[in-house]
Amino acid sequence: MTAVEARGVALAPEATDDDVRAIPLRRPWRWISAAVVLLLAAGFAYSVLTNPNIDFAAIGQFLVDPRIIDGVWLTLLITLVAMVVSTVLAVVIAAMRLSSNPVLSSVAWFYVWAFRGTPLLVQIVLWGYLGLLYEKLSIGIPFTDIVFWQADTNLLITAMVAGILALTLNQAAYSSEIVRAGMISVDEGQREAAYSLGMSPLYTFRRVLLPQAMRVIIPPMGNETISMLKNTSLLSVIAVLEIYTQATVISSQNLKQVELLIVASIWYLLMTSILSVPQYYLERRFGRGSSRNLPPTPFQRLRQAFASRRPGPAPAPETKAVSAV
Amino acid sequence: MSTITTTRTAQDAAVDARPLVEIRRVRKSFGAHQVLRDVSLAVPEGTVTVLLGPSGSGKSTLLRCINHLESIDGGRIIVDGELIGYRQAGHDIHEMTPKQIARQRREIGMVFQRFNLFPHMTALENIVEAPVGIAGMPRAKARAKATELLDRVGLADFAGHYPAQLSGGQQQRVAIARALAMGPKLMLFDEPTSALDPELVGDVLDVMRELANDGMTMIVVTHEIGFARGVADQVVFMDGGVVVEAGRPEDVIDRPQRQRTRDFLESVR
Ligand SMILES: Nc1ncnc2c1ncn2[C@@H]1O[C@H](COP(=O)(O)OP(=O)(O)OP(=O)(O)O)[C@@H](O)[C@H]1O
Ligand SMILES: [Mg+2]
Repeated sequence: MTAVEARGVALAPEATDDDVRAIPLRRPWRWISAAVVLLLAAGFAYSVLTNPNIDFAAIGQFLVDPRIIDGVWLTLLITLVAMVVSTVLAVVIAAMRLSSNPVLSSVAWFYVWAFRGTPLLVQIVLWGYLGLLYEKLSIGIPFTDIVFWQADTNLLITAMVAGILALTLNQAAYSSEIVRAGMISVDEGQREAAYSLGMSPLYTFRRVLLPQAMRVIIPPMGNETISMLKNTSLLSVIAVLEIYTQATVISSQNLKQVELLIVASIWYLLMTSILSVPQYYLERRFGRGSSRNLPPTPFQRLRQAFASRRPGPAPAPETKAVSAV
Repeated sequence: MSTITTTRTAQDAAVDARPLVEIRRVRKSFGAHQVLRDVSLAVPEGTVTVLLGPSGSGKSTLLRCINHLESIDGGRIIVDGELIGYRQAGHDIHEMTPKQIARQRREIGMVFQRFNLFPHMTALENIVEAPVGIAGMPRAKARAKATELLDRVGLADFAGHYPAQLSGGQQQRVAIARALAMGPKLMLFDEPTSALDPELVGDVLDVMRELANDGMTMIVVTHEIGFARGVADQVVFMDGGVVVEAGRPEDVIDRPQRQRTRDFLESVR
């Protein structure tokens, strides 16, 4: 107690000297470096915008050309189908890899090894040549004459199907590793707690393990979706009419290669930007409970910014974000 | 009853009560390591049994065999007249399907050392999940019951909190409420207070004491000798996968017959 009093006495006479302003360090290099970067960027923009070899009118025109728009839709369709099917496949492969059955886990390991170890471009071309390898495709029981269904390979595996197949099978290998990492990240105690309450293995997977694994799975899967969207351009080698192929087809006729590449790039940027929105909200959805407070959504942040600019009620307390979900 | 070969004084606290749990000659190995050697034990209905023993003596394993989180290599575990995890066919017993085992586990609540609450669900959602999802209880009824249980463990104001927003002691009390929500006949506790800061232990033990007073049959692994002395009807001392000594707390704790029991009690005091 005497220590407290002593401190109180010592502080009192000096109180007025402590009433000073704290001035932050001035950082001139911040301003200088920013100015240099801005100058370089402006120079580059100027050189592009005033370049007589770039036909800006053509860019504007081809941006909404029906063939380009068709290409955009096909790109989105291929991305969607390949991502959905590959994710389902990835869960199966990850489950096989994690299973205690040595045959299942080795087959899964081999699958990942083969599809990750060879270039995607090579796989796409290979699937395009499938008709040379197998003239007919059939569904039946191996090593018997029992056939349920059969079709001519070249009729069934069009360039588009071959392309989707190649992207899907390749992606499944990558995604299965992401899913596996997500499953491993869930504490073993979670399964035990679920079992001890009488939950079946399937129910436990669906309601307890998967939602927690999703927290780890979603961010890399967002990246994979964006990669997939861009990788669809590789299908140009087997003449699938997605946006990049459409752009090259048009430019081979009018010789405006650069303009059409810019058109395609603008569309890719637009599509990848839009894709990151659902990812953000999915991350929030599956992040519930993982930290004490979720960060506000951009929308909530905007509202807060406006609320704090106006004199009036203070911005909502942090915990508001949790109850708002 | 001749197979129950624990020690002389076992269960005379409630001799007349029917055993809710009968463990008969249970054996269990992990690889070459035999963790349970011929363990036999009876737990009368409405009584509290405390399992004591040094680390690695097989207490957790025994507890986990009772709700078949671990399979056994031999012997029998019977809860309320029903063989757990197996069905009798001829001389041997055969393991049940996961679905049948899940049904049996609904009757047996378990509380873990590390709480194991579901982190993506609020306290209330943790409690409601199993009654609604697997027992098919209407959601409104389950929520009402969960709210009542939260009140009973002293956490009525924390229904909307996620586990990460609760202290260890609060999490453990939610975990107890979650286990109780399925209306179990038997509660298993595996060192429920070992992961808690000392000042939080009391709240959890209070909840368990109340549960015991309400007549719940409980098997508790704990190093809290005070709890064992005050609440247990039977104390079982295990070492090296066998029951060394079992009986009333005042006998086993204050007048242990075996040297191993004495050494252990000396070490935890
Ligand atoms: N899944 C497992 N695989 C292999 N060995 C195991 C496994 N579970 C437990 N064991 C071993 O079985 C023995 C008994 O373990 P158990 O967890 O039952 O001991 P315990 O009495 O609960 O000890 P503690 O007081 O440290 O919790 C230990 O030697 C442990 O290493
Ligand atoms: Mg243990």
